[in-house]
Amino acid sequence: MTTLAKNARSAPPQTGAPKPRGGYRRIGDLKIALFFIAPAMIGFIFFYVVPTIRGVYLSFTEYNILGDPTWVGMDNYTAIAKDPLFWNSLAVTGQYVLINIVLQTALALGLALLMHQVAKSTLIRGALLLPYLMSNVIAALLWFWMLDYQIGVVNQFIEWAGLPRVAFFGSEEWAIPTQAVINTWRHMGYTALLIFAGLQAIPGNIYEVAKLDGASAFQTFRKITIPLLRPVLVLVLVVTVIGSFQVFDTVAVTTQGGPVNATRVIQYYIYQRAFTESDFGYGSAIAVILFLILALVAFIQMKFLKGNESDLD
Amino acid sequence: MTSTTSRAPLHAPARRRRPFNPRRAGAWALLVLAIAVSVLPFLWVLRTALSTNSALAANSASLLPADFTFGAFMRVFGLQSPADAIAEGGSGATIDFWLYLKNSIIFSSITTAGAVFFSAMAAYALARLRWRGRNAVFSLFLGTMLVPPIFTALPNFLLIKNLDLLNTMLGMVLPYVFMTPFAIFFLRQFFLNMSREVEEAAMLDGAKHLRIFFQIVLPNAAAPIATLALLTFIGQWNEYFWPLLVGSQDDVRVLQVGLGVFKSQAPQGSPDWSGLMAATLVSALPVLILFAAFGKKIVNSIGFSGIK
Repeated sequence: MTTLAKNARSAPPQTGAPKPRGGYRRIGDLKIALFFIAPAMIGFIFFYVVPTIRGVYLSFTEYNILGDPTWVGMDNYTAIAKDPLFWNSLAVTGQYVLINIVLQTALALGLALLMHQVAKSTLIRGALLLPYLMSNVIAALLWFWMLDYQIGVVNQFIEWAGLPRVAFFGSEEWAIPTQAVINTWRHMGYTALLIFAGLQAIPGNIYEVAKLDGASAFQTFRKITIPLLRPVLVLVLVVTVIGSFQVFDTVAVTTQGGPVNATRVIQYYIYQRAFTESDFGYGSAIAVILFLILALVAFIQMKFLKGNESDLD
Repeated sequence: MTSTTSRAPLHAPARRRRPFNPRRAGAWALLVLAIAVSVLPFLWVLRTALSTNSALAANSASLLPADFTFGAFMRVFGLQSPADAIAEGGSGATIDFWLYLKNSIIFSSITTAGAVFFSAMAAYALARLRWRGRNAVFSLFLGTMLVPPIFTALPNFLLIKNLDLLNTMLGMVLPYVFMTPFAIFFLRQFFLNMSREVEEAAMLDGAKHLRIFFQIVLPNAAAPIATLALLTFIGQWNEYFWPLLVGSQDDVRVLQVGLGVFKSQAPQGSPDWSGLMAATLVSALPVLILFAAFGKKIVNSIGFSGIK
């Protein structure tokens, strides 16, 4: 408060920002700016820039950690192109991503609309957010127990319903959908809150006008809510896709790639090649490919978002 | 859909005054279902953690703990003798969650404190100081958000290994402690919106940037900094991949990695479910406490992080 009062008398001469001393200030600011940014810069260079370059370099080498990397050109990439396990991991991850997109977005959109309609309390939002705050490992173990074939409570209910028990983690056809549903469970509330924030940003008077014009609830939803929500929905979609492409934790803790190859997702395959089989070059090459896939997703996002910028204004 | 709208009365106020509205009741029912799906599993974990393994098999769906005991929690903290542990369905292997709890707290606290403080410094330079290349540097920082963690994890592992820091706390915290791109982005946004006048008045009084940063900028941004620290801490607490690579040995193992090890120790066929669920609960507890204390802050931050 006292600083504010002081400021009142001394501020006026300063407010006309670009002053003749600008050139002098710039040099002074650069020095002090370097000081302030130095720690972050160290982290940025040594743990983001250098590893990114090194990762690309390693992808062109054969490297088993003990010796030195030997340059092998495109060998890793040509090997990957012929590697059935790689294509399998891509297909499995794609399936996982797809289930997440559809299920998570649909459920979250529904939840966000419900919250917007009947309850906006922090407590309810907090309860829905709870799974998201738990780690992937916790989510995985919790469901690993509840979905257990022998004594899991879910299978108990399934049996009471007169249906045969399901080996959620143990059967090839169920393993990936199960992993995807666990991820959906964990992210559903979070995604709903993102969409809910978008809903809150839509001005209420648009709805009033629509009501006066006699628009039905469904018409309002399709013609107003969805178009105005599109930027948020695109963002949610991209966050979901990029996040689920990097699935690792739940798989590592529960199925470890199995049964057979049913849950050997990309990141788990990279992990196995690099750390279990000490093939860092090969692992890095797959990581480069994953990076490119995600960059493509981000690129498409930017195009989408640009196209939608006019929607809210 | 159309049938509900045609049945709905024309005057909205009249509908609002109604004591019972089937549409609202339906919406509430769905919402309650969603909340149940989100929250009930945690109660199930608690119920399991307070049961004995042998009783669990016989009462797989009773709501109350089967054969109530704190044995699972004692087992997790290494307070149960191997013989007792095996009798209650444990693996008998020693496991010390006190140590993992301590490691998790150290790991999350150091990385959070470092990342938030250094990111605040960087954000100050990026938002409040005028210098050439400022926007380019910010774009570069922001660009790192696009690099998937697995991609940098392999070379970072090699770097930590070359520095001979595998299985040390230092090696575990190094990649996180200097900054996170999100923290810089988050704080820069707040610093940009702070009034410049207070700062310039202080400067006229002869205050240096360091004093302005500590005495004006940081206190004024206390609320967003606290939110960021909270989000960062929870994120670090839940981190699994990097600690798995670098901190696999017992003395630096964090809870998330310890959970995975505990699960894999369980003999095939009859896992130590109650022990595993007790361990899970222990791992979740600090976040649950933070959430109970600062839930509102966390919930209200979601809209913001979504606009990134």
